[in-house]
Parts: sequence; structure tokens; C-alpha cells
Amino acid sequence: MSRIKSLFQELRKKKEKALIPYITAGDPDINTTEKLLQCLVSNGADMIEIGVPFSDPMADGPTIQAASQRALKNSFSIKSVLDLVKGVRKYSSIPIILFGYYNPFYQYGLKKLSSDAGDAGVDAFLTVDLPPEEAVDFKNEADICGIDSIFLLAPTSTSERMNVVADMGSGFIYYVSVTGVTGARDSLADLIDKHISKIRLHTALPIGIGFGISSPEHVREVSCYADAVIVGSAIIKIIESNLNKSDMLQKVGDFVHSLKDATLA
Amino acid sequence: MTLPDNNGHFGGYGGRYVSETLMPALIELSEAYDHYKNDPQFSDEVKFYLKEYVGRETPLYFAERFSEKLGIKVYLKREDLNHTGAHKINNTIGQILLAKRMKKTRIIAETGAGQHGVATATVAARFGLECEIFMGSEDVQRQSLNVFRMKLLGAKVRAVSSGTCTLKDAMNEAMRDWITYVKNTFYIIGSVAGPHPYPLIVRDFQRIIGDETKKQIIEKEGRLPDLILACVGGGSNAMGIFYPFLQDASVKLTGVEATGIGIDKGPHSAPLAAGTPGVLHGAKSYLLQDKHGQVLPAHSIAPGLDYPGVGPEHSYLKDTGRVSYVSVTDDEAINAFQELSRAEGIIPALESAHAVAYLIKEAPNLERDSVAVVNLSGRGDKDIHIAAEKIGIKL
Repeated sequence: MSRIKSLFQELRKKKEKALIPYITAGDPDINTTEKLLQCLVSNGADMIEIGVPFSDPMADGPTIQAASQRALKNSFSIKSVLDLVKGVRKYSSIPIILFGYYNPFYQYGLKKLSSDAGDAGVDAFLTVDLPPEEAVDFKNEADICGIDSIFLLAPTSTSERMNVVADMGSGFIYYVSVTGVTGARDSLADLIDKHISKIRLHTALPIGIGFGISSPEHVREVSCYADAVIVGSAIIKIIESNLNKSDMLQKVGDFVHSLKDATLA
Repeated sequence: MTLPDNNGHFGGYGGRYVSETLMPALIELSEAYDHYKNDPQFSDEVKFYLKEYVGRETPLYFAERFSEKLGIKVYLKREDLNHTGAHKINNTIGQILLAKRMKKTRIIAETGAGQHGVATATVAARFGLECEIFMGSEDVQRQSLNVFRMKLLGAKVRAVSSGTCTLKDAMNEAMRDWITYVKNTFYIIGSVAGPHPYPLIVRDFQRIIGDETKKQIIEKEGRLPDLILACVGGGSNAMGIFYPFLQDASVKLTGVEATGIGIDKGPHSAPLAAGTPGVLHGAKSYLLQDKHGQVLPAHSIAPGLDYPGVGPEHSYLKDTGRVSYVSVTDDEAINAFQELSRAEGIIPALESAHAVAYLIKEAPNLERDSVAVVNLSGRGDKDIHIAAEKIGIKL
């Protein structure tokens, strides 16, 4: 059984929801990312999304755009991201998702990426600009290497789209809670629970909710109807405002801890 | 087989590489377009505005003095005579009429030089729709005249200061806006680029350039031309004039990219000459990128060519060999800009000057009675400041 699948089973027994923090690899440098990953693991993350920076992050708001740009200032490669994952595997079996845009993956080579990522200990790919229709080749390669392919649904998704995504996806379905780009927001979007109930009619896969989830209060509310909660920009903001400060890890750790607490029933 | 296929593929290129949030909107747009393109009322309305508002058809002008100079027969397809001074409005008229029928109330567009922005703001004013134009902050500075034109036309101009602050970043930001306001917003893409169905829609609205050219050259010469040239940035004017000639094997089609100061000397805008296949802005196509798949900044003296990607159908036509893609430098384009101005009293856009420049280079290799058509996609008034600076004249 895949690590992601068994994680959801285990959490279901404990009546907990999965907390999935997101950070951008290489922001502000690889060494810091390495420490941040350890910090996320030791503060209650159930799964981790590692962002692969891209020069043209079309689905990201200003916070993650800036994180990508900070990361790309240093020389940066997918190999260095895979090395980060290998580093985590020395002390944890936490499921890890590579989150990115298609072009860097495509240039690395889909077959080689799947095989190298499998060896490094990556559990899933989430390619934000790769809808199921264009994902057939990548998914086949990922399947061969035992890596899940996670697809997105959005408030604009029709029943037809839900079927398409449910057919292709594995691991879990990522529901984008807002009609918009990534970024911290003051309040949650309306009707998330209704959308989730509708999606559940089309799939038995667990559902994670992300985009705009910014605080323990948001996490608590979303945990009522989701299986997993993804928090990205709110964490990146803490990193951004504490660059070069000695207590960055402490602050990120405290925040992630408070998010995890909010996933407990 | 007609291309693209149902999912927007031209061979291995094109497609729809976008976030899931936009997929329903792209599918809705494809369906609406499939419906209206066969609706005679819609076609009649497009034709009406192209004639009465844009001023079509544009002349296919025999450039007599320039022909003498080059020793071949040169015709200029005068897209510069369209309302707003370029071919861009052929497409914005079509797309805004589609937007109206789809009951969208807000229009967005990206622009580099400002030509597509102006063409979009113009039709948004004409049809009374709210309009917002995304433009790189560097371009906002370089093209202040066009920024004012757009504002005069009632559009909001949003300066984009992420990434390289140019056209590609303006397009990223327009996509982000579209993701956010997709329910009421219609995104008018200005080139044969972006996710399906845009490369198809823009080609269809621009093919009138080639359709008219075919009819006109037969009236004037009694035969098809030997050679057709057009500049290629995203590639809409080139696709527009090439498309109706793709099956005419005797007609050589040449797309001209911009190599800036020289392809080995610095940044340029020639992905077909020096790029590799990749995915940007929703489609797979040739792209300027590093080995890690990060997009490289482009450069050209012609702001409308200053883009690291190119429309997917051009990538396909490059691989099949039906169109040959060549390139010229900033200096060659500036020289052509001056030569055509002096020989014909026609100041070409710097973009179009790239096509003229290649013809000047190629003419000695052509037979004396050759007939060449250059798509003069826009007029050069917008470029006089750039040209003056390059030539070394202080205005």
C-alpha cells in the first residue's frame, strides 16, 4: 500500500485530518529548506508538499511568486530537490509530494524524473498546469515507479470534470478552495462544504483542500469536511518576513504546530 | 486532416496546459466558438465591423520603387492601414463579438508594445465592455504613448512588475486575473498562442489577411506569389497570411524571427531558430529556456516580437518544413525600416520591418520576375522614438 493511502487510513482511525504544509524548495536557499523540512516534520506535518520553483508561476499569487524568485536566484535544479527528499528519508517516512509546473518536469524527462523521484522517496506529483487530458504520458511513467498523480478540482469544476479527475487521480484529490491563485486570505471561500459533498459523489479518494487556508481557525473549519488541509502562502510569509533571522525555524515550527492542533477532532 | 485536433494539438504541439480552474472556461469557449463560427449571423456581423469600422479590405500594394531597388516584384499587404494601425484588430473584433454572445461583461488582455492592448481597448470601448489591460512595467515606461491611448479609450492599464516586467509576465498576470474572475471575464489573447482554442480562434480571425491576399494577387498578377514573408513573434500576422496558402506548394512561406543583437551575442526572440520544445502559457511549443526548463528573457528592438515563445502551429510548420523560419537582427530591421520609408513613403512597424529586412537580404538570390508579398502588419509611428534612439538622433 502507498504511504499516502496508509496515512489516510491511520488518520481516519485516530479521527484526525492530515496537515500538509507547503514550502518552496531553495527558498531562500537549499540549506534553509533542508532545516525547514525537518522543522515541519517535527512540528506535526502529516505530509509535505515541496514546491519546485518556476520562472513563470501562472497559478501563484505574489507570496509564492516571490518565493520562486528567491529560489531561482541561486543555481537551482530538480536534482537538488530530489536530494532534499533523500535527506528527509534518512529520518522520516512522511509522504512527500512534488508540486510544480510542467515545463521543468518535462525538460528533466518524464521517465527519468519518475524513476529518480521514486528512488529518492517521492510519493506523488502534483503538476498545477497539467490537467488530466495532457497528463497521460506523465501518469504512465509515474505509475510504473509507484508514484501517485494528484489532480486538482476547483469551484468552477463541472460534474464532467469531477469524473475526469476522479478517473485519473490517485493519492487524493486536491480541491482548490477559491476561484483564484494561491495566497493567504482573511476569510474562507463560501460553499466549500457543498463542493466537497458534490465531489464525494464522484470519487472515493480522500480530498485535500488548499489555496487561501491561512490560519488555525481556517484549518479547524476545513477539517470538518476535508481529509487533508494544505497551507502554503501563510507559511511562506513567515519565512519571508524572517529571512536571515535566527528564530525563523522556531516561528515556522510554532505556526505549523498550531495548524496541526487544529486538525484534531 | 485539419489541425488542430479536438484537444488543440498540432502534431506534438499546442494543447491545454492550464490550471484546472480554467479548464471549464476553455471548454466553454471552444463550444461557443464551434457554434458561432458556423452561424451566418455571427460571420456577417464580423464582416460588417471589419468593413465599416476597421476599414477592410486592405490594399495589396505594388511597391514600385522598392521593387526596382530589389530587382523583383514586391507587394505589401497593407495591414498598417487598419483602424488602430495594425492587424491586431482583425482578431479583437472577432473575439469581442464572441464575448458579447457569451454574455461576458469584462474584457482582459495582455500587451507588449501596446498594439494588442490598444486594439482590445478600442473594441471594448466600441461595444461598451469594461476593459483591463496587463502590461509589463518596463513596457509601460517604454510605450507611454500607447498607455495613454488605452486610458483614453477607457481601459484600465495594470503595470505588472513581476519576473522580467515584460510581455511574458503580463500574460502570466492576465492568466492569474482570468483564474480569479473567470465567471464574468473574457480573455482576449492577441496571438496564435496560449491554450486551445486560442491558437485556432486567432488564426481563423486573422486568415482574412491571406484570403484577401490570394484574391488580390490573382487579380493583379494572374498567379500565386512565389514567396510570402511575415515577421513572427507569437506569430498571428504570419499565421493569418500563411494559412490560406499552406496547400499551395509552389508558394514559399517564410517567417522571420528577431535575433536582437545577434543570436550568439545576447538575448534574442528566436525560439524557432534557437529554442527547444517546452510548455509556457498553456501550450507546448518552441521556447527559449535553460536546461532546467526555466524560461529565458527575450529581447528584440521590436516590442511586439519581444517574447520567448511562439504559437504552437508555427512549431508544427517548422518541423514539417512547410514554412521556413529565418531571422534578422535589430540593425537589419532598423535599416529596412529606413529603406522602406524612403523608397515608398511607408513607415513600417519595427516588427514588420523584420520581414522587409529579410527580403532585402534574400532578393539577390531570387529570379528577376519573382513575385514576393510582405505582410506589412503594422505602421511604424509607434516606433519612431525607438528608431531615433537607435539611429542616434535626439528628438
